[in-house]
Amino acid sequence: MRTAEKEETMEFDVIICFEVHAELKTRTKLFCGCPNKVDAPPNSSTCPVCTGQPGALPVLNKRAVEFCIRAGLALNCEVNELSRFARKNYFYPDLPKGYQISQYEMPFCENGHLAILGADGREHRVGIRRVHLEEDAGKLVHSSESMDEAGYSLVDYNRSSVPLIEIVADHTKDPLTSVADARTYLEKMRQVLRYAGVSDCGMEKGQFRCDVNVSLRPKGTLEFGDRAEVKNMSSFRFVTEALEYEIQRQSDLLRSGNPVLQETRLFDEQRKVTLPMRSKEDAPDYRYFPDPDLVEVQIDPEVVSRLRESMPELPDDRSTRLVRDHALPLQEALLLTRDRAVSDFFDRCAVSSRDVTRLSRWIIKDLFKLLKESSLEMDACPFGPEAFAALINSVSSGEITEQAGRTVLEEMFKAGRDPGDIIEEKGLRSIRDDQALESVVSEVLSENPGVVDKIKSGHPEPVNFLVGQVMKKTAGRADAGRVRELLLKKLEIE
Amino acid sequence: MELCDKTAHELARMLRRGETSSREITESVYRRIDEREQETNAFITLVREKALEAADRADRRLKEGEDAPLLCGIPVALKDNLCTEGVRTTCGSRILENHVPVYTATAVRRLLEQGMVPVGKTNLDQFGMGSSTENSFFGPTRNPADPERVPGGSSGGSAAACAAGETVVAMGTDTGGSIRLPAAFCGAVGIKPTYGRVSRYGLVSYASSLDQIGPLGRSVEDCALLLNAVCGRDPMDSTSADLPVPDFAAALDRGVRGLRVGLPGEFFVEGLDTGIRASIMAAVEALREEGAEIREVSLPSTRYAVSAYYLVATAEASSNLSRFDGVKYGFRALEGYEDMVGMVEATRTEGFGTEVKRRIMLGTYVLSAGYYDAYYLKAQKVRRLVKEEFDKAFEDVDCMITPVSPCLPFKIGEKMEDPLQMYLVDIYTAPVNMAGLPAMSVPCGRVDDLPVGLQIIGRPFDEETVLRVGRAYETITHADR
Repeated sequence: MRTAEKEETMEFDVIICFEVHAELKTRTKLFCGCPNKVDAPPNSSTCPVCTGQPGALPVLNKRAVEFCIRAGLALNCEVNELSRFARKNYFYPDLPKGYQISQYEMPFCENGHLAILGADGREHRVGIRRVHLEEDAGKLVHSSESMDEAGYSLVDYNRSSVPLIEIVADHTKDPLTSVADARTYLEKMRQVLRYAGVSDCGMEKGQFRCDVNVSLRPKGTLEFGDRAEVKNMSSFRFVTEALEYEIQRQSDLLRSGNPVLQETRLFDEQRKVTLPMRSKEDAPDYRYFPDPDLVEVQIDPEVVSRLRESMPELPDDRSTRLVRDHALPLQEALLLTRDRAVSDFFDRCAVSSRDVTRLSRWIIKDLFKLLKESSLEMDACPFGPEAFAALINSVSSGEITEQAGRTVLEEMFKAGRDPGDIIEEKGLRSIRDDQALESVVSEVLSENPGVVDKIKSGHPEPVNFLVGQVMKKTAGRADAGRVRELLLKKLEIE
Repeated sequence: MELCDKTAHELARMLRRGETSSREITESVYRRIDEREQETNAFITLVREKALEAADRADRRLKEGEDAPLLCGIPVALKDNLCTEGVRTTCGSRILENHVPVYTATAVRRLLEQGMVPVGKTNLDQFGMGSSTENSFFGPTRNPADPERVPGGSSGGSAAACAAGETVVAMGTDTGGSIRLPAAFCGAVGIKPTYGRVSRYGLVSYASSLDQIGPLGRSVEDCALLLNAVCGRDPMDSTSADLPVPDFAAALDRGVRGLRVGLPGEFFVEGLDTGIRASIMAAVEALREEGAEIREVSLPSTRYAVSAYYLVATAEASSNLSRFDGVKYGFRALEGYEDMVGMVEATRTEGFGTEVKRRIMLGTYVLSAGYYDAYYLKAQKVRRLVKEEFDKAFEDVDCMITPVSPCLPFKIGEKMEDPLQMYLVDIYTAPVNMAGLPAMSVPCGRVDDLPVGLQIIGRPFDEETVLRVGRAYETITHADR
């Protein structure tokens, strides 16, 4: 059924175009000195400016402009030398001034792209039309589930005037053409913004939200149909579900000869469907005009150069470097650079590591597993890169076995202690003395006469069992290969 | 002469000589208020207790130190669109009838820091929208020169209070003539500084790119003293200019000899009251005799300025007044709706006056998709032209002289039914706001026993020349008396 549907949608080309909103992590708000602390007690981080008191005026936070430009540079944009703010006029209780200060003409950044690895295995440079700066609105708290049913609603203005960037994709330049690529684009966008240090992009905190436009055309035709826009989603899963639903809905309409209406829709998270919110005719007229309370912003090209030089290495450059400098497989490089904290950790380990291949594997397999089990982010890892590198070096040098290494790692993760201390305290140093090992091997053989008989009668499978027994007796301190050799030798001799 | 009728400058001297106290001056002002306020309705809110406390504080400060600021202890009335912490600020509108701000406007704060005594909050056309102070929820203000007539607007309360001795000086605001017109109609002095000279922080915006705060008083010198106190960069207002502020009082008496004074021909055409024209021309003649060089200048685009002004101002107003939605402060309609949108509609319908709603609708239209280019953008082009023509003319002259108003103070109710006639009262003042220039109104004799105002327009940030010419003319007329 599902495959059949997929094949049917193949009659159509799809264009997907995102508008992404990301909350900037500046210390203060965009137009006043209030702390950018959305989580503070309701309305405690507010002042006359961000609550729209009569007579209060906005003053631009220059740091937010820098953040916006950094985001633009990370997305390969041009930075305009002259930029201005505009008012977007509409009424809503969470919008204290009755207009949002945003940008319309002359945004800070234009004409960029975000490179993604498409499902077809090729790199796509998805066009970015603009990156502009604007203020967020407050938050409504209703006395019941929906505003219609609520007896009353309260407004928390802590979020009012928190700086946001809006990143608008350009549907004419290598646009997204599949749900899979759409998801890759969003993940890559989030990754790049986090790397650039401008936003934490916490999805659950609403720090990263998007609107998405979808339009279809029958394959082999030129013109795309009218687009539908799905508004305000804040999880990758919902975006994927909404896109799948929307593509199916539009395909069905086109196939049955009905037009797709240009409209704005909302995604119903429970029912997994998009529902009409307003038609093109009902689209509000925001009456944009330049905000006369703010002056035009001149961006000194030298400031842009300085910002460009201070940009951190972005994920694509990092993964390329890992492949080039450490001969790591691309897949591993991508995993290591997915999160900036991990990538930084790796880089710092690599400085003092004698075996980067092992380092990479241990991060991806062992460290990730531990982090995942305790639901921790890399930032919260209880030990530093020096300790981790020392552990890997101990394994590489044969001072401890891989298995003992894992024991040490678990202990480090629990208590954040130095690996050397743990090795010492638990006596985990490898047994490299054959004589000592041989006596354990003899012990195991004499304890398992039945197994020895079985092997001698031509069934070698239980050798692994005997190796395991030796490892157990030595608490993993023996080299398993050497134990096997010694076992086989002993079995032949007897 | 009562204390309340003296100038701030004179009172400051008396205070320093110990000849009077701020309390005596303030009591004198309040005695006059008790006599005249019933008729003038110059104030929306009086703060007698606060004023007397401030006066006593000022007296202590004057007694303690010799370095008390010049304006310490002088009463000042404040237009009720300037925010005052703890004292309601209504903008003359029902929608802010009970609004008590949580902060004080920068300009007001600077005056209070000088030790000035706040008398009260003066009446105005709602949000500054009007030329007669008739568009107030708190009733019209009457002209002290003739109570049947309007005081001009929108700072009519401030001008009337100065003229009637209900204060010594006052602060007003001027978006298209709102300081100069009432000053002219009431026979007071008033100056609108260059856009950016005085911080707008705490001035409830009507049209942000045009609004400017300025002083009114009974002498040019008093206005200069107040300007000294309020001008200068404010980090809370991005549009406030970061320029040094000269001592405006220092240059007052330099006279007009050798000064080139421009007469823009376009301001003396049909529609100008013949009596006013004669008064202005006589003033020009008097200045010539004092040694000023009179030159004709031309500002052809100013004939479009008032039309363009009403597009730009209403466009900005439609957005600026969006914050009055009944959600956060001020008036909220209590019934006649079922949902949030209904609440906002009912609140704004009942809360705003007719003229405010007319301008919101006009401005909303001007900014609408499909009309923006034809109205808003075209008006901005006119604005640029007007500014360029002023700049050009100022290459040949140091200041210009024009009438303030084409007509004498009119009767209350006379123009209320005809908004266009009312808008045309701003024909000589609005172009100045469009160009962002400083301009002053000084009394220029009387016609039919009604005051006439002379407008002096200066180059950007050259309030000094404007004040100097005003002072020269004031000296001539006082000598005549």
